[in-house]
Order: sequence, then structure tokens, then C-alpha cells
Amino acid sequence: MYKYDSYDQKIVDERVSQFKDQTERYLAGDLTEEQFLPLRLQNGLYVQRYAPMLRVAVPYGLMSSIQVRKLAHIAREYDKGYAHISTRTNVQFNWPELKRVPDILKELASVQMHAIQTSGNCIRNTTTDQFAGVTPNELVDPRPYCEIIRQWSTFHPEFAFLPRKFKIAVNSHDTDDRAATLLHDIGIKIVRNEQGELGFAVYVGGGLGRTPIVASLVKPFLAEKDLLTYLDAVLRVYNLNGRRDNKYKARIKILVKALGVEAFAEKVDAEWQHLKDGPGTLTTEEIDRIKGHFTAPAYSELSKGNAELKQQLADNKAFSNWHNRNVSEHKVAGYSVVTLTLKKLGTPPGDITDTQLDKVADLADKYSFAEVRSTHEQNLVLADVEEGQLFSLWEEAKAAGFATPNLGLLTDMICCPGGDFCALANAKSIPVAEALQERFDNLDYLHDLGEIDLNISGCMNACGHHHIGHIGILGVDKKGQEFYQVSLGGDMGPDASIGKILGPSFARDEMPSVIEKVLTTYTDNRIEGERFVDTYRRVGHAVFKERAYAKSN
Amino acid sequence: MQNLINLTDVLENNWSIVSDTDAVLPEGNILVPGDYWLENRDALKARGNVGLVLFGDADPLAFADDIASIEVVAVNFPAFADGRGYSIARLLRERLDYQGEIRAIGDVLIDQLNFMKRCGFSEFLLKDGLSGEKALDYFATFSDPYQLANDLPTPLFRRKA
Repeated sequence: MYKYDSYDQKIVDERVSQFKDQTERYLAGDLTEEQFLPLRLQNGLYVQRYAPMLRVAVPYGLMSSIQVRKLAHIAREYDKGYAHISTRTNVQFNWPELKRVPDILKELASVQMHAIQTSGNCIRNTTTDQFAGVTPNELVDPRPYCEIIRQWSTFHPEFAFLPRKFKIAVNSHDTDDRAATLLHDIGIKIVRNEQGELGFAVYVGGGLGRTPIVASLVKPFLAEKDLLTYLDAVLRVYNLNGRRDNKYKARIKILVKALGVEAFAEKVDAEWQHLKDGPGTLTTEEIDRIKGHFTAPAYSELSKGNAELKQQLADNKAFSNWHNRNVSEHKVAGYSVVTLTLKKLGTPPGDITDTQLDKVADLADKYSFAEVRSTHEQNLVLADVEEGQLFSLWEEAKAAGFATPNLGLLTDMICCPGGDFCALANAKSIPVAEALQERFDNLDYLHDLGEIDLNISGCMNACGHHHIGHIGILGVDKKGQEFYQVSLGGDMGPDASIGKILGPSFARDEMPSVIEKVLTTYTDNRIEGERFVDTYRRVGHAVFKERAYAKSN
Repeated sequence: MQNLINLTDVLENNWSIVSDTDAVLPEGNILVPGDYWLENRDALKARGNVGLVLFGDADPLAFADDIASIEVVAVNFPAFADGRGYSIARLLRERLDYQGEIRAIGDVLIDQLNFMKRCGFSEFLLKDGLSGEKALDYFATFSDPYQLANDLPTPLFRRKA
């Protein structure tokens, strides 16, 4: 993973001093609430319902075990003993004291972490495939490009006050898209052109929120060296032309729509002509330097199909269930990718205690070259586990509470913190997630249902990505009452699509039975091997709608 | 009282902003809105001692023909969170090669000074009540930033090499 040099460290250290000074001036009354707001936001500090919430950046979801232990320490010393993995692969603390935040930042800086630009109308954390570098059939490892973008975007002086927040994702896989790339302000797909040269297809204007849109292709092939100058051009066109009169129409997707994709692309190209081949152009030395931080760990020479593992799978049904769901294929023979799920019954999705964080760090040290990844589905990943060690890892993970074999299944939900914590939310989301986890806790049934993405957001800001859930749930406010709108057919993959609203919203206590009706519609109509979303696409929205609203006899 | 500073000193403000262009223009150094300049450029050039005020929706490239003769261009920040002025300043410097003063006006607070400097601003009319002396400490927040900008012609990866 990327290790800071003295320049990177100095920037983070200078940030700590800067925010300490800003916090002191605010607490002394020299900065008004309004003036302090965007400063603390750009440092990931929200004022929430009960306390400030601090969002720590986890660039493209990659952490060392040392960093994870530091997060455990912060959860213990500065918070109430737990942290939350966000859908932007960041880590959030819900209960820090404002005056202690500068100390937390200092602790983070000591392990090469920060909270820079995790909020506010600026360029946020760049995300990518959580299986980057280990998944088979990947074109190249996308993480060096994420790091290049991270450095370029960190304190970019021109783009600190954009019309709205700005999110970039990078994908390097032809058939899989685990990063929901096309639902970002900029989605970058790593490709090769006909000459075999590496470059990027650049998509702009995707996003969730009030106006969910799949991004449009504005540059079919951008050479590797031109990445940053082109991003500068896109951001400049947006900074100057994006709407600032209405925050719900301020994302770049609205600008792309208003101008039309072609006109937008032309405008960017015209700007880019002035920047292209200038000093912002990436050098081969710099690309190689960054790539040098993402080399493969010291894998052992192993053969595929460990005999001991085969036996363990045959002997132990629970282990085999977990292996089926939570273990993915690795590109190196004899290794596996393991997802530790944070979706246990009775725990808000994505929440993790200080003890569990320490345990994850231990597991990473023991089984996976001391690295951990966070995913936008709010789980954690150990990316380099020897097949022969899967059984003992499973036993340890199970004891620690993150081996629920539900990865990709109904109860592996994405869920925002919702009205329990978030000041923006219209409705609570965690109790809905819990009610669904309780209703659908039969693992055999869950496995029979197969892959279903169920995503819950507490408001239109869509932090829970409800639009792209196969089943999406959105909390809405109806005359002061919390109601929930259900949408079906969303998809985050390469065929990204936005879910369609089922109909009038439901009260919270109706939700488990509504979802049950939706699921029964699926099981009654599916043909062998068909996933929920495929059945939905085949039989159509009306069939599901009719069943969901049918009066029970 | 609004204090004016450049990157090193507290300055006396010798330019007044003309907001009512229907009235008779005052004596002395004046800053007029960009639109008004474009409509009356010959008369204003003949008068002399006229600079510009550009608002967020201004196209700086529209002033390409005249810019070299203009001493001061003020760029207005209607609210500090409105970041259009940063791009406007960079276009003035980097596209039009403007060598005169670019003055930040409007909601100019000390926490944005470093970014403004990096984008090519050279003068800063601070929001009412802010100390000029104190503000001078805030230009050096980051000593070696990643990006190239108006103050650094190359990005860090080229500077390091």
C-alpha cells in the first residue's frame, strides 16, 4: 500500500496544525458558526443529532493493521467504543468531542491517516474495487491511479469550494463493477485502446441523491499521462458553470444534462487543450513511483485446490456455507479473498467495536499480510489468505462476530446511519434494517433467495444507495411521520440501473411484510438459477406492484 | 473597517468600487463592473485609472484585448463558499498572462487566503473587522502542496524529481 514520504507527512501535519488553530478560533468566538462550518466539513466533521461526527478518510478503502489498531484506540479513547464503516469506504466516529478532534487528527497523522475532504463541497475520497489487485481478469491494479488522484485532489486550491460535493471512482474490470463507478460524478474505467496502450474511458455526471442518473461517456480514451490535466479541465468547467442557486441542482450531473453530453464534452475538451501536455502531465517516473507502492506481497508458491480445505468443506456445513458466500477467487493459486461481514443480527450495518477492530488487525497480521480493506457495502476484506488457513480464520472470525455467511444475500444490507444519528435524515433506517434482519434470519431461506442487494437510505441524500439496490428503501417524511418508499430493479454493476418506485410509501411496521410479499413474488415467478433482479426484469414491475399492494384476504 | 493586504504587508486602499454606474463616475482610481467596461471601454480607457470588478458569472476571457492595460482586477466572492473566483483568477493569470493586481473582494476570510494566493490573487480586501496583521500569517499554511497552480509552475512530483 502507499507509504507516505516526508512531503506527504508534512502536508498532513500542517493540516493538523491548521485545524487546531481553526478549532481554537471557533471555540474562542473568532470564527462564527457559519464560517467554521465549511472548514470543519472539509475535515469530515459534521454536527449531528447528539454530537459531532468525524469521518476519517480511508483512501480507496485500504488500511494497514497499524492503522486499524489506531482506529480501535480512537474508538476506545475518544468515542463510545465503536466506529462505523461508511458507504464511501471511510470510517466514522459518532461521538467525539469537538475540542478533542485536533488531538484525534494528530493521532491519525501519526499513522498516515487524516480526515481531509471527507465532507464539504470538494473532491471526496476516491473509491475503487475492494478486490483491486487480487481479483482475476483485472486489466491492471487501479489503486495507483486512485492514489495519484488522491494527491492531486488533496487541498487543490481551485476546487475547494465547488457547487456541490464531488466523487470519483475508478474501475479496472471489464465484467465486474464493485465500485458502482457509473454512479459517480466522474467514473473512470481503465481500458486499453486498439494499439494496446493503457488509458481511461471517462464517464461524467452519474450520481444518486434526488436525481439518480447513470454517468455518460465523455471521453472514450484518455492517455494515461493525461489523467490529471483532463480532470482539471472537467473540474474547472464544473466550478465555473455548475449551478450554485439550488443545492439540489448543483451536482455535475445537472450541468451535463442541461448542456447535453456532447456540448459538455466539447467544453471540457476546449479547456483541456490549454492544459494538455503542460507541466500537470503525469510522468512515467511518477506513475512508476506510485505503482511501486502497490507491489504484490510475498506470496508462497502454492497449488490450487488445497486438499485439507476440500475435506474441511465436506465435513462442515457451516464452514462450507461461509466459504460459498464470503470467500472469493484470488488471482494467485492457493490464495483466497475473504470478506468479513459487519451485518450481524442486532448490530447496525457497518458498525464495529474497538475490540473487533483490534481483532481484525490481529487477523490481518496473522492471515493477510497486515492489510485490511473496507468496502462500500460496509464490510471488511482480508485480500490475501492462504486456502489452507481459511478454516482457522473462519473459526476466529466467527467467534469475533464477523463471519455471518450472508455476503451478497438479503441481510447483507447497505444502510446509512439514518435518523438515529444523522441530522439530515427524514426517517430512521437502522430499525428497518434490524426488523428485516429479524424477519429473515433463516439462513437456508436466505441462501435459497440468493443474491439480493437491499439498500436503505434515511433521506433523499441517498447515503445508503437505495436507488441502486435490487430492493431500495427510502425513508420519507409524511406530515411528521416516518414512512418508507420501496423501489425495485436498481443495480450497481456494469449494467447500472436506477430502481423504480413501487408505489405509495409504507409505515415502518409494515416493512417486513411488504418485503416478504416482494420476495414471494420473486420465488413464485423465478425460473431455475434466476437472480431476484433478473426475475424482476423479466416479469416486470406491475407483477410485483400488484402483489405488494394486494389486500390480504 | 476593511483592511487591505498583499502577500507581505497591510496596504492603503486607493481604489474605490463603483456600484452605481448610472451616476457620475467619482474622481480617482475606480473599479467598475466588467459588463460596464465592455459597454464603455473606449471612454473608460480614455479616462484612465479604471480597473475591473468581476463577478462569479463573468467570463474573464472577454477582457483579453484590454487586460494588459488594466492595473487592478477585483474578483468578487459573494460568499466564501462560492469558489468560482478561484478559477477566474487562474484564467486571468494563466490564460491571459495578466500581470497586474488581482484583488479578492467580498466575503474574504483568512482561512481561504492560502488557496487564493495559490490561484493568483495578489491583494485581499478582508471582510470587515478582520485584522490585516494577523491575516498575513495565513498564506503559508501548506509549504509544499501537491498541485501546480499559479504560485508553483510544476506539481510536487516534478519538483521532487
